[in-house]
Amino acid sequence: MGKLQYALFTGCTAKESTPEQMMSTMAVADKLGIELVELTEASCCGASHLQDYDDFLSLVLNARNIAYAEARGMTMVTICNTCQLNTAMTKHRLDNNEELKNKVNVKLKEVGLEYKGTSEIKHFLYAINDDFGLDKLKEKVVKPLSQFNIAPFYGCHNIRPSELQNESNGGENPYMPTSLDDLIIACGGTNVDYEEKNKCCGFHAELQAPKTAAALAGNATIGAIDANADWMVTPCPLCHLKLDTQQDHNLHAVGREGSMPILHMQQMIGLALGCTPTELGLEKHVANVDFI
Amino acid sequence: MSIKTKTIKFNVFRFNAETDYLPYYQNMEFEVTHEDVVLDILNKIKWDVDGSFSYRRSCRHGICGACAIKVNGRSTLACKERMFDMIDLFGEEITLDPLSKKRAVKDLIIDKKDFWDKHEAVKPYLISHIEEHPNMECAVSPSETEELLEADYCIQCGACHYACPVVEVNEDFFGPAAFVKAFRFEADVRDDAHHDRLEELSKQGQGVWDCVKCFECAEVCPKELNPIGKITGLHNMIFDEGIKNNPVAERHAVGFAHSIKKHGILDEGELVRYSEGNIGVMKHVPVALKMFKKGKIVLPWNMPKSDNLDEIKTLVKSSSKSKY
Repeated sequence: MGKLQYALFTGCTAKESTPEQMMSTMAVADKLGIELVELTEASCCGASHLQDYDDFLSLVLNARNIAYAEARGMTMVTICNTCQLNTAMTKHRLDNNEELKNKVNVKLKEVGLEYKGTSEIKHFLYAINDDFGLDKLKEKVVKPLSQFNIAPFYGCHNIRPSELQNESNGGENPYMPTSLDDLIIACGGTNVDYEEKNKCCGFHAELQAPKTAAALAGNATIGAIDANADWMVTPCPLCHLKLDTQQDHNLHAVGREGSMPILHMQQMIGLALGCTPTELGLEKHVANVDFI
Repeated sequence: MSIKTKTIKFNVFRFNAETDYLPYYQNMEFEVTHEDVVLDILNKIKWDVDGSFSYRRSCRHGICGACAIKVNGRSTLACKERMFDMIDLFGEEITLDPLSKKRAVKDLIIDKKDFWDKHEAVKPYLISHIEEHPNMECAVSPSETEELLEADYCIQCGACHYACPVVEVNEDFFGPAAFVKAFRFEADVRDDAHHDRLEELSKQGQGVWDCVKCFECAEVCPKELNPIGKITGLHNMIFDEGIKNNPVAERHAVGFAHSIKKHGILDEGELVRYSEGNIGVMKHVPVALKMFKKGKIVLPWNMPKSDNLDEIKTLVKSSSKSKY
């Protein structure tokens, strides 16, 4: 197998509120010998909110992002579940509707671009699990996480709607997803089973419906605490923001106290591969990560 | 073709609100064939194991919506879902629950009052001022009918309503099924209640802005109606109609367009300020300070920009429905 190479769509949070996610992504890719070519031209995916306001504009912008991956002849890799959703949704809609695709391409032509539909779109989680392979990952683990019980938190948009999660993005059973569990085991950790692992963190209603968002995030955190998890791990930076930066508030909303370190999937892999906490940006968390 | 069978363990939710203090699970094991739908199993339990076992059923053709239950936590229309598909999803131990355990009346029968109350609250009927003595027919063209996006196929089974995590934590929230029903009439060219209904649908707490975008509803709908797509449709209509009931939510959606036009990527801090307003944003200061200390806030003058920003500006200008 040649060197794996992808066009990286970082999304916005990796450049702003979750810099540790960017650091750990690059650190892990480096250790595994995966080449990530950053799509520096990419815009925001609209995060499902622009879609509420202006659906067509969101299609045009996402098609432009994909066109840049196509121009490089690469599969696009996302590191945010919501970027994955909106990009894959755009691809799904354009690839299945010639008229809509033509309408979008009329706009893209104004800036000299074209959406063809030639690039796959997958989350980094599945690039590691399915393309790189967990057996190969295991061989590279130098510090197995054997002393930790780790609760996977999948994040909605990697598993639902399942019609979008095709072969190129894991093709998971949304009711019994396994990819993160498998990844935890490959890193030497013990995966914790709990009811909320495939549930919603509430992030997308954080400003509009703060009580609902806090209750959902609180319930998820309590689910992991009550299942004796030492920490939670997520492939989604938006779940991370909700569970990490607002943890006290979330727990308060469900009438509980406690503390739960929340790690990005990339940080977990990085720890197992022997990266230092600083390389993985672990000092940039709001909730405690004392266990390191 | 020969009949394939599998021996399956069932855990069946049992409860009688009149006599039981707590529900319990009855365990049983029997053979399932590849021809069985979930409803066949419910019938088998009632007819062969315990005649007092209770569940709703009627048409057996996926049209009356009575028999929705949860299989291993997944909302399912019992007469439509094949047992072998459920075994593929969940393995050989199957748990049968009511749609909502806390609303259980007897075994799998629930009190669906909250569902019907919300259904009624969205005025699920055509409100049209039609002349008493019309001199021509009120025709709806095929293309106008397509605008309904098949929302009229909803059978009110409640599968999406009781799969929605917001319904669980916010009793005011109308829920995805009521939104589908509302969309069905909102998208109908004959309806004259367009604006008034949208007013109710956009109010904080009960309306579409409280949706968390988890796609649970899309995953379970036995008619594959993609309820969240209808919710997005209602969001779009609220903007088109110029209704301003939830300024934070509306500015939040519009703020993305502003930010993308300026930077390509999202200016997170500015989005929160723009959404909440200069006074509302103050409540986020404590968390923002914690984040700032950890290097999680990019100050306005350091905002990164996408490469080829000119292209993005051109596209925002040419493709937006509203002009800046």
